[in-house]
Amino acid sequence: MAREILFMNALNEALDQAMAKDENVILLGEDIAGGAEVQHLEEANEDAWGGVMGVTRGLAPKYGRERVIDTPLSEMGYMAAAVGMAVTGLRPVAELMFSDFIGFCFDSIIGQGSKMRYMFGGKAKVPMTVRTMHGAGVNAAAQHSGSYYGLFGSIPGVKVVVPATPYDAKGLLLSAIEDDNLVIFSEDKTLYGMKGEVPEEYYTIPIGKAAIKREGKDLTIVTIGKMLYVGLEVAEILEKDNVSVEVIDLRTVAPWDEETVLESVKKTGRLIIIDESNPHNNTATDIASVVADKAFDYLDGPIKCVCAPNTPVPFAANLEKLYIPDAQKVLTVAAEIIDDLRAK
Amino acid sequence: MAEKTKGMPKLFASVDTSVKELVDLEIRAATDAVELTKDKAKSMYKSMEDIRNFEENVKRFFAAGEIPGFVHLYAGEEAIAVGVCAHLTDEDYITSTHRGHGHCIAKGGDLKGMMAEIFGKATGLCKGKGGSMHIADMDKGILGANGMVGGGFGLATGAAMRNKYKKTDRVAVCFFGDGAANEGVFHECLNMASIWKLPVIFVCENNLFAESTPQWYSSASRTIAERAVAYNMPGVRVNGKDVVAVYEAAGKAIERARKGEGPTLIECVTYRNHGHFEGDEQTYKAPSGEEKEWAEVDPLEVFRQYAIENGLLTEEELDQLREESIRDIEEAIKFAKESPEPSPESLYEDVFAD
Repeated sequence: MAREILFMNALNEALDQAMAKDENVILLGEDIAGGAEVQHLEEANEDAWGGVMGVTRGLAPKYGRERVIDTPLSEMGYMAAAVGMAVTGLRPVAELMFSDFIGFCFDSIIGQGSKMRYMFGGKAKVPMTVRTMHGAGVNAAAQHSGSYYGLFGSIPGVKVVVPATPYDAKGLLLSAIEDDNLVIFSEDKTLYGMKGEVPEEYYTIPIGKAAIKREGKDLTIVTIGKMLYVGLEVAEILEKDNVSVEVIDLRTVAPWDEETVLESVKKTGRLIIIDESNPHNNTATDIASVVADKAFDYLDGPIKCVCAPNTPVPFAANLEKLYIPDAQKVLTVAAEIIDDLRAK
Repeated sequence: MAEKTKGMPKLFASVDTSVKELVDLEIRAATDAVELTKDKAKSMYKSMEDIRNFEENVKRFFAAGEIPGFVHLYAGEEAIAVGVCAHLTDEDYITSTHRGHGHCIAKGGDLKGMMAEIFGKATGLCKGKGGSMHIADMDKGILGANGMVGGGFGLATGAAMRNKYKKTDRVAVCFFGDGAANEGVFHECLNMASIWKLPVIFVCENNLFAESTPQWYSSASRTIAERAVAYNMPGVRVNGKDVVAVYEAAGKAIERARKGEGPTLIECVTYRNHGHFEGDEQTYKAPSGEEKEWAEVDPLEVFRQYAIENGLLTEEELDQLREESIRDIEEAIKFAKESPEPSPESLYEDVFAD
């Protein structure tokens, strides 16, 4: 039987294997080891937290604190330093604890890292990965729950990866670290505890390639991150209704896999995109726009985007539940398209 | 007193009062101890002349409408870039500013490639896609002029982290202005550089103005150098119009960094002879008095006098270097003007590395 491990352990294993393979891979971020210069931890060669979620646990003892660097609470400084490290030949993996903190250090992404290669006429490389955490679902409220991958995805020079399974988490993170560009690797905090099959060996998954998680012929559902599970749930429900749903896990938000999505829509003629981001100027609206442009003649109904509402993430459990796209919301918008299908 | 701190760990109760000694707020001139060879003096003067001639021509062609975009001139501040870079090799890194021509020239940036870049030509150092504000020459360790004020702090800190991790004696120099010293990233990076004893030198070019806003208004500390106390690193002030003084101060800081002893903050006191950008009417500048007199101190003349008085170079030698520089810049202009524009397809190139 194939080995099953947690999503967070798959990430840890990817970092471990990347560090073992290439001494230029350096991790930096806040509390990613934890307890720096604490005497009893030093004596025992132990870390404290291994990251706020424990994803990087054990790496500092194994590779040393010069490769697993606890930074001060200085997102602006260490994120910019990561760009400096990358452009001078290292392969930093910087952790931005919550993607909501990007406001402190957005210049490193939008002003420096993403533009250097272009501005400098192709003479610079920025092989840098930013691991960050997004998503609602743990009552972390407005400043620790946002989904901003679409925001990053709109910047030229940036690749954005959003894994949905432990298998993808490992293979995509290894690809991100190997990539010679700035890659934002956005992890959904509610997935860390998910278990799944993950090979022990080093493997990569191409960035920019979506995964067809379930084949179907009547309706395409494109999902991002944990919305995959909403898509699969909807597919199960609709199957009982004799509606065959194709579920595509986008996996990479930028550049997103146009070919796979267009092929699917040309086959099914119907498209729903589920994206936990706020509803405007996000990945879902971008996909809808491209599909409307390039596959208009194949469409048998309107493209539907199921997103979070245009509000910050609320704290109260009942409100947060309302905020996150779920199967019921998808089924509601699907009803229109399905009626249309039945009419045929 | 003992009662008030009862039970408190020593960490809190004992304060290192020696930190204030780190900072020397006297504006230092060069001392007799400074060692300058004839060759070094030659290359430094040539570099200052190159910056001056380069910029005077950029100013001219910008005014004539032949150079597009924004242009921020450095002429008048040559002594700082040259005094610091005279200690550096191609292996060392620098980060520059929006006022970056001088740093790039002093670090050995190719004059023809630079001029072509400013003219927006395909032969430019950045293939015409960066322009004046983003000139970079990676082969020379120049991590780019930077249109973001304060953008260099993190890059230099990261380059220094690389140098330290790779166990080299290379250093990184971050040039920045008095305006950038008020960006939050200044504080974050000085702190990180100090706790990790990074081989980085923070060189503030205090030219008195951030755009149109004077430093005396925008900075709560009278000097930039004294901020070093907060980050437990040496802070010094030098006369930024005296290349030898800058050379001496930078030499100490760079040697310290190469030995693994950590960062230094150097405040070079200078003046911005040009506007923030070309076209700035500069109504905020004093029409007469001390400020005006300081504006008129020319670092090239200061050095000529020094070189002659100290028997380093003769007036003829200096004039010869000036003429050589004028010729080099003329060639650079010719090269830039005759170069083709970037191809339309290059618009789409170099967004990502393959």
